[in-house]
Amino acid sequence: MLNLVRPGRNVLSHLGRRLYSSQSAVSFDRTELDSDKIDFKKYLNFNHEIVYNYTKEEIDVENVPTHKTNMCGAINEAMRHAMEKDEKAVVFGEDVAFGGVFRCTIDLMEKFGKDRCFNTPLCEQGIAGFAIGMAAMGYKPIAEFQFADYIYPAFDQIVNEAAKYRYRSGNLFNVGGLTMRAPCSAVGHGGHYHSQSPEAFFAHVPGIKVVVARNPVQAKGLLLSCIEDDNPVLFLEPKKLYRLSASTVPDDAYYLPLSKAEIIKKGTHVTVIGWASQMYVLEEAVKMAEEVGIDCELIDLRTILPWDVETVINSVSKTGRCVIAHEAPHTNGFGAELAATIQEKCFLNLEAPVIRVCGLDTPFPLVHEKYYVPDNLKCFEMIKKVVNY
Amino acid sequence: MLSRVKCIRPLTSAKRFYSKSELLTTPKYPGAVNAKFTKDLVFHNAVPNEPVFPIFHIMDLQGKIINQSSYKSVRETLDDDTLVKMYKTMIQLETMDTILYNAQRQGRVSFYMTNYGEEAVQIGSAAALTETDEIFAQYREAGVLMYRGFTLEEFMNQCFSTSKDYGKGRQMPVHYGSKSLRVQTISSPLATQIPQASGAGYAIRLSDRKDVAICYFGEGAASEGDFHSALNFAAVLKSQVIFLCRNNGYAISTPTSDQYKGDGIVARGLGYGIHSIRVDGNDPFAVYMAVREARKMSTEKHVPVLIEAMTYRGGHHSTSDDASRYRTTNELTYWREQMNPIFRLKKFLTNEKLWNEENENQVRDDTRKKVLSLLTSVEKAEKTHLDELVTDVYDQVPETLKEQKKFVDAMAKKYPEAYSEGH
Repeated sequence: MLNLVRPGRNVLSHLGRRLYSSQSAVSFDRTELDSDKIDFKKYLNFNHEIVYNYTKEEIDVENVPTHKTNMCGAINEAMRHAMEKDEKAVVFGEDVAFGGVFRCTIDLMEKFGKDRCFNTPLCEQGIAGFAIGMAAMGYKPIAEFQFADYIYPAFDQIVNEAAKYRYRSGNLFNVGGLTMRAPCSAVGHGGHYHSQSPEAFFAHVPGIKVVVARNPVQAKGLLLSCIEDDNPVLFLEPKKLYRLSASTVPDDAYYLPLSKAEIIKKGTHVTVIGWASQMYVLEEAVKMAEEVGIDCELIDLRTILPWDVETVINSVSKTGRCVIAHEAPHTNGFGAELAATIQEKCFLNLEAPVIRVCGLDTPFPLVHEKYYVPDNLKCFEMIKKVVNY
Repeated sequence: MLSRVKCIRPLTSAKRFYSKSELLTTPKYPGAVNAKFTKDLVFHNAVPNEPVFPIFHIMDLQGKIINQSSYKSVRETLDDDTLVKMYKTMIQLETMDTILYNAQRQGRVSFYMTNYGEEAVQIGSAAALTETDEIFAQYREAGVLMYRGFTLEEFMNQCFSTSKDYGKGRQMPVHYGSKSLRVQTISSPLATQIPQASGAGYAIRLSDRKDVAICYFGEGAASEGDFHSALNFAAVLKSQVIFLCRNNGYAISTPTSDQYKGDGIVARGLGYGIHSIRVDGNDPFAVYMAVREARKMSTEKHVPVLIEAMTYRGGHHSTSDDASRYRTTNELTYWREQMNPIFRLKKFLTNEKLWNEENENQVRDDTRKKVLSLLTSVEKAEKTHLDELVTDVYDQVPETLKEQKKFVDAMAKKYPEAYSEGH
């Protein structure tokens, strides 16, 4: 059985723990796994609940008119609300006029006309540049990149132009109206170029915001906030979630806070942090951990940049342990930033090293996707290991 | 050795063009050596009936009008006062350039880029625009700003990063911007402004404005992917935008012959379905008329227009460049002295009795005095406050950045002498 040690909260207990650890602690060599196995098969058709939790102070789905919709529908609604509210909101990208390859822009052209919802030539660099120019004129362009894997031709426009537009002009000009959407992350059969999670590239760029959503309610509220926000925002949409089961979403527009992480499950033993579709994996891992007596606190970071340091360090200071999981490759993924900040801010409260469970440092593989991704078992094993350290 | 090898091509062309026995009435631009001149203002939408796109012109090298009908048309909207204003701006720009270039050589300013040789394309185009047109410039368009009313003080506040620089001292010299003059702040990456202008031109059309976005760039920048995406987007999406290429023969040291194989930049417009014209960029009348008519076409038909203005970069690329390593003194002198657009307009204005040496000396002296006096004051002027280090990254300063700033403040407080340049 697990040797579950309660995290200490003060220097003395911490020091005692460290002395003890130095003699008998489990090393963080990930290849040394304990012999306990979990019956993972019951998580194959797992019914997720935690990822659909919401913070009542942020959102009301009980006292307002609601309906059921999936993430694709929620994103479509967000754009529709934005276009109804402001005639300067405009949606464009490759294949968006007929509704987009993922159907997120369906009916927008019919409702708002060809000038406000239109196809662009097949050129991400052009899409970004064009959107920046519109935003500089006071418009609210909502530009779609068909896949996040194809955003790199637009990298220069996003990094050197959108992100610096306000700063370099001393606030004479800005492209705050700009929102860029891109479907991201693994989908089960996407291979190199339909699976990437590029958030860390953009998290290194002061001046843009990077936001990801985990479910339909989050997607609608966060995307509306991105569109309203007076800064250029990259909104990443885990494509695997587009058609996942529907959830209850308010009919009207509502706005969820940016740069605010959300604790979707409170816990005491270990803080588990993720974002996007990884939250579904983490929910499974957290439930597995629960089976062996570990009480996880689960956090959805939601905004990657600028990120919510306070919520994260408060949680880790409380639990003393932390596991971060993301699909993007391990080295220099955004988990590295979280881990570095956590060790800096929570050093005396830490009972174990902060551990990242990530994609491998390989291109995203097709046939070996199952091995590549930080799946529920990998996350579970590392949660155990962090707690047992 | 390498630089000598690189000299070969310009040297050959210099020999060919710059022979004194050949008295030219029209310049031979390196960007389109074999182009003939034309008196017809044609925005091509099909390949013309000649091997090379011709260059539209109105005035010859001696300042003589050789295209009377176009000239008459120009003068319908260009009165004497405006013409004199154009010329004054050209010589003010040249004067400011010379002083600031020398100031850089003396170590008084960190960097500078002159506009030598390209005054006509800048000011000829600026004169054809309205106050509400939107400018997306590259970095060698100070004349456009100056013509629109950017003052010498504003130029120098930017170059010297004073507290009055609109850009708050964050960018290198010559990265000007002005909200009131509708000039988007310059950024160093080449060609990025081109698709932005397409987007702006689209926004302008959606707003039912009778304006254009005008986008300036060089023939080197036109090799970037941004250029191609910009033209395609603008054509397909019907943006009200004028693409104005300053084909000045060089991208830093790279001559046009190493830049493209086709017929310059103008030919590319046709491939994207854009009406395109090549003009004599050192002929302010030709530039003015082309931009005026392009504006009309763009605002009335809601289409983009491409103008390739043939010119010659009369100075170094920047103060970090030494053009003598890839251009001969002969070539430079030839262009600076014989092909100079300022001389052309001066000759014209003198012939028309609109200008004389007295006027010339007065404007040059006044400008020189003003710039020199400003030079002293901007050098001493207060720099942007350190608090501005972290503002404007976002609309509000994020918590993480506030914390980083506190550390900087603490360091500056502890070691004031080490950070004395920090303001």
